[in-house]
Amino acid sequence: MVAHNYVFIGLLLLFAVAFAAAPLLVVALVAPRKRSSTKDDVYECGVRTHGETWVRFRIQYYIYAIMFVVFDIETVFLYPWAVSYGGLGMFALVEMIVFLTMLGAGLAYAWAKGALRWA
Amino acid sequence: MQLVELNFQTWLRWALWLVVGFAVVFPGIVAYMVWLERKVAARFQDRIGPNRVGPLGLLQPIADAIKLITKENIVPRSADRVVHLLAPILVLTSAFLVMAVVPFGVGLVPVDLPSGLVYLIAVSSMSPLGIFLAGWSSRNKYSLLGAMRAVAQLVSYEVPQILATIPVVLWAGSLSLVTIFDRQLEFGWYVFSPPGLLAFATFLIAGVAEVNRTPFDLPEAESEIIAGYHTEYTGMRFGLFFLAEYLSVFGISCVTTVLFLGGGTPIPFLEFPVDLLGGSTASLALVNLILLAVFLLKVLFFIFVMFWIRATLPRMRVDRLMNFAWKYLVPLSILNVFFAGIWYEMVIRPGGLTFANWLRGTLVTGVLVVAAVYLTFLLNRKLVESKPIDADWPSVAPATESAR
Repeated sequence: MVAHNYVFIGLLLLFAVAFAAAPLLVVALVAPRKRSSTKDDVYECGVRTHGETWVRFRIQYYIYAIMFVVFDIETVFLYPWAVSYGGLGMFALVEMIVFLTMLGAGLAYAWAKGALRWA
Repeated sequence: MQLVELNFQTWLRWALWLVVGFAVVFPGIVAYMVWLERKVAARFQDRIGPNRVGPLGLLQPIADAIKLITKENIVPRSADRVVHLLAPILVLTSAFLVMAVVPFGVGLVPVDLPSGLVYLIAVSSMSPLGIFLAGWSSRNKYSLLGAMRAVAQLVSYEVPQILATIPVVLWAGSLSLVTIFDRQLEFGWYVFSPPGLLAFATFLIAGVAEVNRTPFDLPEAESEIIAGYHTEYTGMRFGLFFLAEYLSVFGISCVTTVLFLGGGTPIPFLEFPVDLLGGSTASLALVNLILLAVFLLKVLFFIFVMFWIRATLPRMRVDRLMNFAWKYLVPLSILNVFFAGIWYEMVIRPGGLTFANWLRGTLVTGVLVVAAVYLTFLLNRKLVESKPIDADWPSVAPATESAR
């Protein structure tokens, strides 16, 4: 029978989950369990928690996330180019320079617009 | 090698990797990394470090494990219980999966995926998700702050980290870590070229940031936000985060070694004789033993460097952290892709690594790399001077005579 190499990745995934879950099971069996209402409070320096915790995020995080997606997608184009570069030659390098220049222009635009400012 | 025959031998090899490698050796290495870090940090701070449990404190990791297992597991009343349980498992799973494609020697690799590097990036970016789930599910403001910082930081440093691998892929012509390793057996370590050195530095810095270690450990900055995303984790659940962090340090050290330092090759530019003693099983075993020993020495060096950095540098401020990723590392690594292409045209395409080629390539790309680094820093400094709001947050006016 012939199988894909990724079968091992699947096995490893199952193994890793089991490896992480096993000590938690042992904990459930051996560790003491003494509940108290003070102990179950959230740990915020001993004072009563104030206001809602699950709040809205600042927009800055979203902007960084968008920037990340842009550059992450760019690598989708970069990896195949890099792998097959040996058979493509100078023309591919020039093409990639054009592509990366546009990308760099995007970075410069975001930078100039203050999207990279953490404040 | 995409397909494998599913016979007894394959199953045996996979079972050995799982039972010996992933269940015993890697956790063992991680446990003694913790011991080593405590010893090293102690030496840096003029202390002795653990020395009570066993000779030289060598049984300390075992004592720690027993302690963690017998501790009560406390989940806050208002937390999301299911997600709170899943988060550490997810983070640890991500750390384990990274190790699956690392070639420790010739043929000594769990699996050789043709798209190994993409796989590596995909599974290592699972850990921000777990960290965020941990912080969010705890329903603690400090946890949430830590988680948000963690995601912003991990996402930002992933970009230069990915871009820094492009030169390696370009030169090796493959995404498989095994092929990248094999090419360096023939052509020397990739770190010994100016673009390779720049990529190596970028990758190492971004790697330290990816595993949340000082000076980039903002997500768990204990002086400001208690313990960040794992504030509400006790006992073994905290232990899983701890294990995952050290496993990631080991993983990133292994990956750096394979990508830039030629894996286990002992000498930089010399072709390593893989068929020492005529290619018998015994010679293969000997070769692998040498490669594995050298590999682990290099990995140990990187681990020590990370401990060293932790003992030396203070924590960065969050805005400077993000600036460093986006305004220094990203532009530099984009430029570095060009330099890597020039290196390919000057050295690798015309007949590989002769000394004349190497010297010419090093001179040309060396000038370019130094100029790029210098210009990036100069440009950033000029921009900061012209627009002070970009420099510091909160923007504090310099103390003047009248203000006093």
